[in-house]
Amino acid sequence: MSSFVYVTYIRTTPEKLWAALISAEFQKQYWFGMYQECDWKEGSPWKMCFPDGRVADAGEVLEVDPPRRLVLKWRNEFRPEMKAEGHSRCVYELEQAGDAVKFTVTHTIDRTPSKFIEAVSGGWPKVLAGLKSYLETDIPLKGIHETCQARE
Amino acid sequence: MDAVFKALADPTRRRLLDRLQARNGQTLSELCEEMEMSRQAVTKHLVLLEEANLVATQWRGREKLHFLNPVPINEIADRWIGKYERHRVRALADLKRRLEREDK
Repeated sequence: MSSFVYVTYIRTTPEKLWAALISAEFQKQYWFGMYQECDWKEGSPWKMCFPDGRVADAGEVLEVDPPRRLVLKWRNEFRPEMKAEGHSRCVYELEQAGDAVKFTVTHTIDRTPSKFIEAVSGGWPKVLAGLKSYLETDIPLKGIHETCQARE
Repeated sequence: MDAVFKALADPTRRRLLDRLQARNGQTLSELCEEMEMSRQAVTKHLVLLEEANLVATQWRGREKLHFLNPVPINEIADRWIGKYERHRVRALADLKRRLEREDK
């Protein structure tokens, strides 16, 4: 099994972090222009798209418990050698920790070594840093919340 | 950030991080191998690393596994070499303006 566990503390609320994680508009700002397509319901298909709309990764929502826990089945779709490794499992956990939220990302695949895990492990710290710096600026996220609600 | 620098200032702790970098998700016993010190001493170092958020732990069944968490190191890099901060904040301000216009 290959896995990594990344933890960051973000001065925000679990609700705001959750909204930032599932909003495609918001994702584009911290995920290198990439965005996800999903209705965030258990069993629903999930897709990660390149800025031009091509599918990078795909899978399914395995568990959804806003604003605490999200589990995705996640497979690379654009690199044959990584696609061949099959599905990985990505778990987001959000916990209140004082005036911050402890955000844990655990990404696991049932094989060692894994090209896929190696590839995503390099990208995650940058994604988390972007997410943190956005959420910790004093610019309110009102627009984001409304967009999320409008999509539901 | 003080905790991160303090944790990184010790060669034993850097060695523990190197070993997790080589193989992530190890137990205390695995990490104690090849370390010429008591289990108790290794535990102390791991606690400091965990307090600095450089090591994340997870229970898998009865085993407590240790994972290298590079996120604080990335934050240090961003602070002094990241030059996109201003650009990011501006991008968010633009996003907000655009979204709030759509709301009307």
